[in-house]
Amino acid sequence: MTARAVEPWTLGPLQNFVKEAAARLVLLLTPAGQVLAQSGFAHAVDVMAAAALSAAINASTAELAKQLRQSPFAALNHQGQGHGIFLGGLKTGRGPLLLLAVYDLDVSSLGLVQLFFEQFTTEIQAASPKEAVQKQVLAADFERELSESLDALFGR
Amino acid sequence: MTAAGYARALDLITRVRGVRGAMLVAGDDGLVIAEQLMEGIKGAALAALAASLGHKLRRAMEGAGVGAGQFWHLQAEQGALLVVPADSGVLVVAVADPDVNVGLVRLELLRAAGSVG
Repeated sequence: MTARAVEPWTLGPLQNFVKEAAARLVLLLTPAGQVLAQSGFAHAVDVMAAAALSAAINASTAELAKQLRQSPFAALNHQGQGHGIFLGGLKTGRGPLLLLAVYDLDVSSLGLVQLFFEQFTTEIQAASPKEAVQKQVLAADFERELSESLDALFGR
Repeated sequence: MTAAGYARALDLITRVRGVRGAMLVAGDDGLVIAEQLMEGIKGAALAALAASLGHKLRRAMEGAGVGAGQFWHLQAEQGALLVVPADSGVLVVAVADPDVNVGLVRLELLRAAGSVG
């Protein structure tokens, strides 16, 4: 399975996570929905949809936690009959990030995904740049940057 | 079963000389249900990897046409991992010294699996 990254420092930890946790699809993104790396996705439209939905879920659960006067949830898991979806948050020098993982229940489990998510967090924190990238996103640049990111993620 | 009931089931296993810890693991998820482990044993990692191994062993045994596994004993240089799957899918796991009385641990694992259901 091919993993690709917009930001190269994310690639090693992501590949390790995919291999160890036997995850089918993985997406590393910012809470705003900007994708940093992906594994297993075949189409750009799927990546964009998954990133937008993950960011929305994260925002909803963060607000829910706020309403309950709790700190934001560390991770959430949805489990169906054949596969599970895991969404976990982590902090890096690059700022907070989200990891979305889809795993098949006949080759992986929530326990394995959680275990290797902890390892991924350690590895990505060690690999991340020490200062967050503070860059103003202009409307004029948005489409070009999105296009460049998708080119990087799908090797075009 | 209550948390106290799980603790009693694990007590039976950890009382055996040479057992370093015991735990109940959700077989499908690889998550810890209850544990009594000595310091230094990573419960969450052990649960996830034991469940994953159990899943693969079950498929191997099905493939071999020998039915479901009843007791797994993995002997390593510095210890042993012993597992009995309960009917409910819960795995009863023990980590022990290499020279532990395997027969006695097996007996207690089976008893704990029976009480877990």
